[in-house]
Amino acid sequence: MTSNLLVYLIALPLFGAAVLLLAGRRSDRWGHLLATALSAASFGVGLYEFSQMLSRANDQRAVTQKLFSWISVGSFQVDAGLMLDQLSICFVLLITGVGTLIHIYSIAYMSHDHDRRRFFAYLNLFIAAMLLLVLGDSYLNLYVGWEGVGLASYLLIGFWNQKPAYATAAKKAFVANRVGDLGLSLAIMISFATLGTVSFAGVKAHAGQASTGALTAIGIMLLVAATGKSAQFPLQAWLGDAMAGPTPVSALIHAATMVTAGVYLIVRSNFIFDAAPTAQLLVAIIGAITLLFGAVIGMAKDDIKKALAASTMSQIGYMVLGAGLGPVGYAFAIMHLLTHGFFKAGMFLGAGSVMHGMDDEVNMRRYGGLRKYMPITFATFGLGYLAIIGVPPFAGFYSKDKIIEVAFNMGGIKGVTLGTAALLGAAITAFYMTRVVVMTFAGNKRWEEKAHPHESPALMWVPMVLLAIGSVASGFLFTHGNSLVNWLAPVVAPNPEHQSEMLKPAVVSILALVVVLIGVGIAILKYLRSEVPVVAPENVSVFTKIARRDLLQDDFNEAVFMRPGQKLTEALVITDTALIDGAVRGVARLTKGSGSVLRNTQTGFVRSYAMWILLGAIGLIAAIWVVTL
Amino acid sequence: MNQANYLYVAALLFTIGAIGVVVRRNAIVVFMCIELMLNAANLAFVTFARINGNLDGQVMAFFTMVVAACEVVVGLAIIVTIYRSRRSASVDDASLLKR
Repeated sequence: MTSNLLVYLIALPLFGAAVLLLAGRRSDRWGHLLATALSAASFGVGLYEFSQMLSRANDQRAVTQKLFSWISVGSFQVDAGLMLDQLSICFVLLITGVGTLIHIYSIAYMSHDHDRRRFFAYLNLFIAAMLLLVLGDSYLNLYVGWEGVGLASYLLIGFWNQKPAYATAAKKAFVANRVGDLGLSLAIMISFATLGTVSFAGVKAHAGQASTGALTAIGIMLLVAATGKSAQFPLQAWLGDAMAGPTPVSALIHAATMVTAGVYLIVRSNFIFDAAPTAQLLVAIIGAITLLFGAVIGMAKDDIKKALAASTMSQIGYMVLGAGLGPVGYAFAIMHLLTHGFFKAGMFLGAGSVMHGMDDEVNMRRYGGLRKYMPITFATFGLGYLAIIGVPPFAGFYSKDKIIEVAFNMGGIKGVTLGTAALLGAAITAFYMTRVVVMTFAGNKRWEEKAHPHESPALMWVPMVLLAIGSVASGFLFTHGNSLVNWLAPVVAPNPEHQSEMLKPAVVSILALVVVLIGVGIAILKYLRSEVPVVAPENVSVFTKIARRDLLQDDFNEAVFMRPGQKLTEALVITDTALIDGAVRGVARLTKGSGSVLRNTQTGFVRSYAMWILLGAIGLIAAIWVVTL
Repeated sequence: MNQANYLYVAALLFTIGAIGVVVRRNAIVVFMCIELMLNAANLAFVTFARINGNLDGQVMAFFTMVVAACEVVVGLAIIVTIYRSRRSASVDDASLLKR
């Protein structure tokens, strides 16, 4: 099946970005409206394609569109082509749907910023790049979108780049992403070298002929790419600092969509990981490490956005863990990705609404008791909170419990370890999310003197309400009649016959609920029953201090990469000036010096020249005489 | 008469010319010394032609005369021009090339 509409999904927001950036200040008055309308139009195209898909049989649903022949060198043929299948459409609807809501929210949130038009231009650029990422029909097309979202992320994190710390945060994100991008480009090169093709269909068809070693190499390189883009261990350090960007950016890019691109990449490459068990196990391990890593950081953060960022890292850890569990896990990874897109974006918008009412205060120790002043924000944030900790019947209950269950059912020591990690993560998630909600909305007022908290305008709370509805309903919708699993079946090909039932789903749900209740209980005892100090206490355990320092991730990077890197460049500079420049300058000095010595012989007197000629002639004759003697 | 005597005379003339070129300052005298050296060479050519019994050296002497005549024309012209502009015929005064 082909469709001519796919290109408009990308072209509409891209057109908006181009118009807003080229028209400059002339479009200040209507730029945000155009950007929002184009994003909504793209969503409309997505909905139309979705309805067309629904009307076709399950194995006929994928559509493609060839745009033009991009690279044609000998046997290396790459078309700029788009492909919309059951997996892509989930992303298309999430990106354009949540994206449009966040566009609407940003109209109000950024209304006092005189660079609002530029902000919307970047948002549209991001939507276009992200759509290209999920619609590309080859790794090379995906790579273009992959770099595009990296650029948009960089521009938006550093949107307020008049503050040097924010500009540095943008650079940090960009550099960490570049490390991951290297992995993706290496994966593409290995894929071409061993399989001779880079298109998804081609790689899928030829994957059986390649050696396991080559597939493992491709898989590990893809995993490196995913860790960079999705802030997974060990490339996770940039996400916390990325909160320097405006809050709608954190909601759209650094919670709902861009950071999940790594999960998309792994699920899209399921045919590689299924054939390379080592790489697949590594994916699961990375996911498990990150979900605990992020959760632990989340417990110690007082900055509401950084706490949510740590939570995002942890939740994407769940998705990566799910994707690393093989055919039985892919659909649940995507399900958790979609539900997380709703509740985390909703909570970030809620955090933005709180900041909007509290004069951009982000320290939760300065909040407290906001429930009465921001009822809508509290309600939507609360629904997102119930969804993320996994209380039935909210979305997170369905998606997260499924991942825990599948992890346990892997069987053996692997299953027990991964499952326990996921379960422990659920308890910690419950603790730190309760902490966030209690410190923000409950308890005593701990505001600054000048704070006048108020509910945000309708342009801001309507998107929050819609996302809250998504966080309530999406989990049930996706699991009802196994709808999402069946929907994705043609893409990720699950084989349920291998599934051993170590723990019954009901047992997992009860276990998860128990640990969640324990986490909630501890947090309520610690932050609701006792007074929260306005200044973070200093006499805390070493463990807390380390968690406050992001588990020493920056210290590690600085000690292992940054300082040795600086030493290396210093050494190279010395080598350059002393050795290379020294050699060049030495030759010049030698030439100049010998020239100035020889210049003394040039007296300008004809007679002295004649004398030299005479002496030369005599010397020559003498030499001949000696030789012939 | 010993033909080597001609060669001694030629060597003597050449030496006188060479010393003249090196020690005299007057451009005209230097010029005459150069002529002396050329003619010493001519004498040597002719002598060697006689010793060896062929005409090569004599032919060469004619060439030398032609070259000497050309040199005189060009050289004298240069000397006269320098004299006109600098009011001096001393070769040491014409040392501008050094700078």
